[in-house]
Amino acid sequence: MAKPAMTRKNKPKSDAAEDRDFALHSLQEAHQQSPRYAATADEMLTFYEQMLLIRRFEEKAGQLYGLGLIGGFCHLYIGQEAVAVGLQSALSEGLDSVITGYRDHGHMLAYGIDPDVIMAELTGRQAGISHGKGGSMHMFSTQHKFYGGHGIVGAQVALGGGLALAHKYREDGGLCLAYFGDGAANQGQVYETFNMASLWQLPIVFVVENNQYAMGTAVRRSSAETEFYRRGTAFRIPGMKVNGMDVLEVRGAAEVAFKHVREGNGPVLIECSTYRYRGHSMSDPAKYRTREEVQDVREHKDPIEGLKKVLIEQGRAEDDLKAIDKAIRARVAQAADFAENSPQPDRQELYTDVLVGEY
Amino acid sequence: MSIELKMPALSPTMEEGTLARWLKQEGDAIGIGDVIAEIETDKATMEFEAIDEGTLGKILVAEGAEGVKVGTVIALLATDGEDDSTTAVRAEPVEAAPAAESSVAPIEAPVKQVAKPASQAVTDPAIPAGTGFTSTPVREALRDAMAEEMRRDDRVFVMGEEVAEYQGAYKVTQGLLEEFGPKRVIDTPITEYGFAGIGTGAAMGGLRPVVEFMTFNFAMQAIDHIINSAAKTNYMSGGQMRCPVVFRGPNGAASRVGAQHSQNYGPWYAAVPGLIVIAPYDSADAKGLMKAAIRSDDPVVFLENELVYGRSFDVPDVDDYVLPIGKARIVRAGSDVTIVSYSIGVGFALDAAQQLAEQGIDAEVIDLRTLRPLDKQAILDSLAKTNRLVIAEEGWPTCSIASEVMAICMEEGFDHLDAPVLRVCDEDVPLPYAANLEKLALIDAARIVAAVRRVCYAD
Repeated sequence: MAKPAMTRKNKPKSDAAEDRDFALHSLQEAHQQSPRYAATADEMLTFYEQMLLIRRFEEKAGQLYGLGLIGGFCHLYIGQEAVAVGLQSALSEGLDSVITGYRDHGHMLAYGIDPDVIMAELTGRQAGISHGKGGSMHMFSTQHKFYGGHGIVGAQVALGGGLALAHKYREDGGLCLAYFGDGAANQGQVYETFNMASLWQLPIVFVVENNQYAMGTAVRRSSAETEFYRRGTAFRIPGMKVNGMDVLEVRGAAEVAFKHVREGNGPVLIECSTYRYRGHSMSDPAKYRTREEVQDVREHKDPIEGLKKVLIEQGRAEDDLKAIDKAIRARVAQAADFAENSPQPDRQELYTDVLVGEY
Repeated sequence: MSIELKMPALSPTMEEGTLARWLKQEGDAIGIGDVIAEIETDKATMEFEAIDEGTLGKILVAEGAEGVKVGTVIALLATDGEDDSTTAVRAEPVEAAPAAESSVAPIEAPVKQVAKPASQAVTDPAIPAGTGFTSTPVREALRDAMAEEMRRDDRVFVMGEEVAEYQGAYKVTQGLLEEFGPKRVIDTPITEYGFAGIGTGAAMGGLRPVVEFMTFNFAMQAIDHIINSAAKTNYMSGGQMRCPVVFRGPNGAASRVGAQHSQNYGPWYAAVPGLIVIAPYDSADAKGLMKAAIRSDDPVVFLENELVYGRSFDVPDVDDYVLPIGKARIVRAGSDVTIVSYSIGVGFALDAAQQLAEQGIDAEVIDLRTLRPLDKQAILDSLAKTNRLVIAEEGWPTCSIASEVMAICMEEGFDHLDAPVLRVCDEDVPLPYAANLEKLALIDAARIVAAVRRVCYAD
């Protein structure tokens, strides 16, 4: 009978092998044991303010786009706020680096970068963070170690691998947080990077912001494996699946993942399940999902409403939260006003920053 | 007070649309995020959401109206006026939109770039009298350049396929692993797109990577990072993002390796603003320009040639031999005709010049060395002297460096021309494998001689 032999074959060959396989699941298990970060009252209020700032900023950007003040492509982050806020709040400022794709306004705002210069970039003005030469998809702040803002789907993953390599090369103790979407998760270079990042034990946290749709293609129509956090397994990268609609869970996962990476154990892959309320970009036919589906997420899973509930349960007065919203609206209105009234780039700007050196 | 609700644009190109449906009626209370109406174009439907609270006032465009221009006021929203003056949409933003403004702006000639130093201002460093020279193969000159820069600057490292333990597929990185160790001489998997991105990202993160492609044919897998990530990011970031990376490796036809492994990418990369493209011929230029490339704060594509790796040329025995980027070199002075070339073509051009001298024609040979920025002035100065010009390029003729040089001569050197400029390029076909066909497809000295005789009206 072949049965006993088969049973033996399926057994792990050694304890070491068993441990290595266990490591692939251990982070997820640690996260599941206590998914929500125990935030202080101040931290929680900061998360709320940051998420609300992103929401109101993006709403205003959508409005300015409709008025023709913002052109080209404009990808809004509404619905996904908890991901950037939860993760970036756990970074060491001035040490760690962040890189993302073209849906980048939220990540900039989560860093506390001045909304004025972000909005002015959207309107293509001299005061914009890229002097109007980048636009919505191409914004950077080297001061904050925010490395963009990249328009080619998946390119930021390999570039993030390079940022991580620089951290390791310099032995500065920093890590790179590289965001990409469920659409980018099917690009080949993502797996080329997984391989090298794991092979070289680079300090990088890969984050799939799974907002369920790559433009108009639902994940189940594009992806053979829709559990994106498992996709690092072939490269021995531990995966974590996280509720990306809850900022406290995202922050909790960040604590677990960042610790693992900082201890020199190589990359981690986090999948944040989230949802974008608006179209892929401003020109989205919205034919690929029902209004009911969007409405259902808004009503039951909204990250800002969710945190608001927690705040009220903890005794925050609703009027206080209203006052915060009002102040944020005023701040965003001020940014819009600044962006609208700032001058266009000087003509000379056309020729600057092509090359650094003179030859 | 009331806010004007305007017909929104759904896309960069939308000019008008259909107001398909009003989902709120006059007098309805409107909350932030409420969908007020549906807007349609031939391509898409969009929900028009409220961004302010209030009461829907007068509806000015009826449901079903087609051809509603973007920016048309479609309804009024009455707000409580508490302190909404800052959030109110201004009445004139459409007129202030950049697109609208640029369409009515008077057409002016673009302002000229900041004047750059003239060609003559930067020259190769003078080699002191009495300096010795060492005959060195091109591959060793390249290796020496990398090693010297790695000693000088600990941010410099080399990565690529087989660069470390194998000592380089073409032995250009020979000995580097031994001296600098695996942290700075990194063997990558066969994964060009990935490691070109990692190299580019490392440069953005402050290091100075030298990324070797086993040949530039394989860099087509990675060209997205070379062009979209490395070349453009400094510009797109308004000058914040540096990318001091060198992409290097053999380029052009090798010998009998067939169409997929035989191609000159010089014209491809030289077409891209934001890149430096260098293609040296001899050992001294290979060394001096590689050192300059590694020190440059810009992304550099450094095109070598497998057939030239083994050729030996004199390299001056000076410490720190660094050459200026963007400067051509007269490798043979002459008075009757100018032959412009680069990389392996320079060898053919020098052979041709020798044969022409025997026929009584004194040819000047210019090695471009850098393809971007191209040293226009050196070409035009030589043309002004000889009044005749041939360009020899080991590569396809269409949209080539040769095409570019011809355009420069037409635009800026027309008055100096005594004959049409001719180009000598490879045949316009994928490179064949058969020895006789390959020979027929590639440039050689004989074809350069024939072209020079034509521009000199010697036949």
